[in-house]
Amino acid sequence: MSASELPTQPAADVRPGRAWRPFALTAPALILLVAVIGYPLFTIVLRSLSEPEWGVQNYVWFFGAPINLTVLQRTFTISAWVTIVCVICAYPYAYLMTAVGPRVRLVLVLCVLIPFWVSGVVRTLSWVILLQDSGVINSLLRLAGFDGIRLIRTQTGVVIGMAQVLLPFMILPLYSVMKGIDLRLMRAAQSLGARPSRAFFTVYLPLSLPGVYAGAIIVFILALGFYITPALLGGPRSTMLSTLVQTQVLSLLQWGRGGAMGVVLLVTTFVLLALAAPVMRSRYREAGRR
Amino acid sequence: MEIKPLTRVILGLVCLLVAIWLVAPTLVVVPMSFNENKSLAFPPQGFSWQWYQNFFTNPDWSSSFLNSLKVASVVAVLATVLGTLAAFGLDRMKAGSANLLRMLMLTPMVVPGVVLAIGIYAVYLDTHLVGTLLGFVLAHTILALPFVLIAVSASLEVFDRRLETAAASLGAGALTAFRTVTLPLILPGILSGLLFAFATSFDEIVVSLFITNPYLKTLPVQIFSSITRDADPTVAAVGTILLFATTILIGGGMLLLGRERKGRQ
Amino acid sequence: MKPAQQSKGAAIDLESVSKAYGGFKALDGVSLRIEPGEFMTLLGPSGSGKTTTLNVVAGFTDLTSGKLLVGGKNVVGVPAHKRNIGVVFQHYALFPHMSVGRNVAYPLTLRGVDQATRQARVARALDMVKMGDFAHRYPSELSGGQQQRVALARAIVFDPPLLLMDEPLGALDKKLREWLQLEIKRIHRELGTTFVYVTHDQEEALVLSDRIAVFNRGRIEQVGTGRQLYDEPATLFVGRFIGDSTVLRGEARSDGTSTALTIAGETVTASTRINGDARPVMLLRPEKLAIRRPGQSAADGANRLSGTIAEAIYLGSESKYEVKLADGSAAIVRSPLTGESFGLGEPVELCFHGADAKLLADDSTADTTLT
Repeated sequence: MSASELPTQPAADVRPGRAWRPFALTAPALILLVAVIGYPLFTIVLRSLSEPEWGVQNYVWFFGAPINLTVLQRTFTISAWVTIVCVICAYPYAYLMTAVGPRVRLVLVLCVLIPFWVSGVVRTLSWVILLQDSGVINSLLRLAGFDGIRLIRTQTGVVIGMAQVLLPFMILPLYSVMKGIDLRLMRAAQSLGARPSRAFFTVYLPLSLPGVYAGAIIVFILALGFYITPALLGGPRSTMLSTLVQTQVLSLLQWGRGGAMGVVLLVTTFVLLALAAPVMRSRYREAGRR
Repeated sequence: MEIKPLTRVILGLVCLLVAIWLVAPTLVVVPMSFNENKSLAFPPQGFSWQWYQNFFTNPDWSSSFLNSLKVASVVAVLATVLGTLAAFGLDRMKAGSANLLRMLMLTPMVVPGVVLAIGIYAVYLDTHLVGTLLGFVLAHTILALPFVLIAVSASLEVFDRRLETAAASLGAGALTAFRTVTLPLILPGILSGLLFAFATSFDEIVVSLFITNPYLKTLPVQIFSSITRDADPTVAAVGTILLFATTILIGGGMLLLGRERKGRQ
Repeated sequence: MKPAQQSKGAAIDLESVSKAYGGFKALDGVSLRIEPGEFMTLLGPSGSGKTTTLNVVAGFTDLTSGKLLVGGKNVVGVPAHKRNIGVVFQHYALFPHMSVGRNVAYPLTLRGVDQATRQARVARALDMVKMGDFAHRYPSELSGGQQQRVALARAIVFDPPLLLMDEPLGALDKKLREWLQLEIKRIHRELGTTFVYVTHDQEEALVLSDRIAVFNRGRIEQVGTGRQLYDEPATLFVGRFIGDSTVLRGEARSDGTSTALTIAGETVTASTRINGDARPVMLLRPEKLAIRRPGQSAADGANRLSGTIAEAIYLGSESKYEVKLADGSAAIVRSPLTGESFGLGEPVELCFHGADAKLLADDSTADTTLT
């Protein structure tokens, strides 16, 4: 391009009359979004209200049948357990990632990322191999002289498998928050008279909480919608909502009822996200950074 | 912060256990894949390559693998193009509308898989897209889009817009400035978006389970049905092959990246 | 400057304190006594050991060998949180999740002070640093100078007998720094506690301190008042670090009482001599040098050196000249505006009295550690 173009080609694009350009750039993605996400979700809401006939009968059915409420409650319980397990395991792990040298940190990061290297379905298969009655864990237990324990097709098994899949989603946000905590603040706390444990609870822990919130919300929401892991590791007593949706639609061809369940799951997810947003935007989120 | 020795030991042990918990399931498929018996019971018996042979010769496995490759490749390109364009659009918008649109475009990440799956299934039944490559590509593209958007947006965020002004002051037109300054600087973001998009599609299972049919299966669908149908160690062989392929790809990528960094210094 | 009767401050005794990191000696046998209530500044270039000394006193760093007494008590092995020493950091180190009030109250909460007393003491400390109206703000809402004043309030609110400050004004701009220096001086007077202040800025050290300890490569080169350090530097390093100076190097001959230095054919004499075998160099302060046009008459007995004006800087109240000497080295001269002015490249003569030249042992590292 020649220099003579310069006067007519300023780098800034905020000139009036060009404001539509950014929107044009996002348009293809938005169109696809509406077609492949928006329209299908709309269809589901519509069917939940119109099949077999117009009305809220599917929602009345869902909240009226004890079995559905049991599954709904179980979905929340399992997700809560998974979240708790993830927080407990991720906190020391993420902390260690901030405290070690670059080589050890690389190993720790690899351990978090390796589960992503292999297909999610294969990973669930691995859990079947590990947890089944003739699996690795039970073989080792018997070798050590203990009785085997039942893990596969139990809630415990589902929680163990799901927590492992979701752990990286807890570790990574936690690490990114912890990495930003100025450790010199701990020194300051000690100079003011705080012993190390007190300094941890009054300074480090509060500063790391935004990471815990962020990770916990992500893990809990993803856990609510889990389908594959409970389907393969769980039994009839650990069925989660997603499995119920699938059964209604694919096996019973009850689009209305399945749709209603799906809408319940969807609404729960978005309500949780909306509730979490202000917490994550807490005032000291950006403070305390180096 | 100085940690006491005892605390340090406990911390190390806990993290070691967590690390094993994270990694063990990835590795356990390797010994199982050489099992002589058609069983996934532990410990595996004997040694054989038969499940690897089965993977390459059985059309169920090889065709589903090829389908996954095809779909994932198209998805990677499509999602990267759409996602990069959108990321640029959002970057140049006013903050308010950009935030709203960004949230919209990230929804595929949080919508529960099964809900999305039945929705897409319902629409595909009406439009005869069930069991078609186009159907898979469309669904996977929308699922991969958020990852591209995040990766490219992240590199645009650190990209200094004044560099474009500088390029203009040196005589570069808008397109030239983009091609010679902007693009090379955000290329890492675009490439990682491409990689994520490929991986997302290659690994996608929930929506795929619904929009598949006996004539068109992807690899995860084949794995899933194999696990639920019988204890076929071919699955373990597939898992091992994928593990090694990814390790080589990532290892090679890291080596290349390391060399490039050294070269720049 | 030191208040007459002082009992609130603690004395500090460092006795041949060393700190080694592997083979690197961050502190190499440092001995220093700081009097109760004194304002002592540890001055030196980065990596000279001044911050390590501060960290050793605060308890953040263990010492490898030596003795450390605070208020007459041995504190080696006592963890930082039990030392009861206030510390102000360069990076403020305010807790971002606590309001200003809660930050200042933090050390009192840890000490179990009841709420009413706590509030009163927090208010008093904040008033002392003139931040009384900011108790409900958060650190992120304050400017750097305001944050540092809050940090100061937090470090003095629990009445520590000793306050350590690690380059507390290092991140602030010049005007604010000068104003806060006066504030710190005022607070030191009002509190009467011992202040130990670390800085690499010699002007700041001169403004603030009762005494200054000059650090270089893990050792103390000299301890004294600012005036002593400027007028009577013990080493070439101290002479070069405090204030502007000109160093003359040449072939030296010494008789019993004076030393002559031959620089590129011209000989100057200083009316002292140094002991030992070290090569002597002359150190001259800019105000002790005068510039003359060649051939102009000078005071009797004055040394003369010829050179050319390499740089002329107008400083408002005076002019500063850099004169290039025949051997290629540069001399710094300050002359009042009322005097003659000289142009670039003009040949001149430098004059000084032999009594004004400080004779010091040469130390080639003095130049490199300064840059």
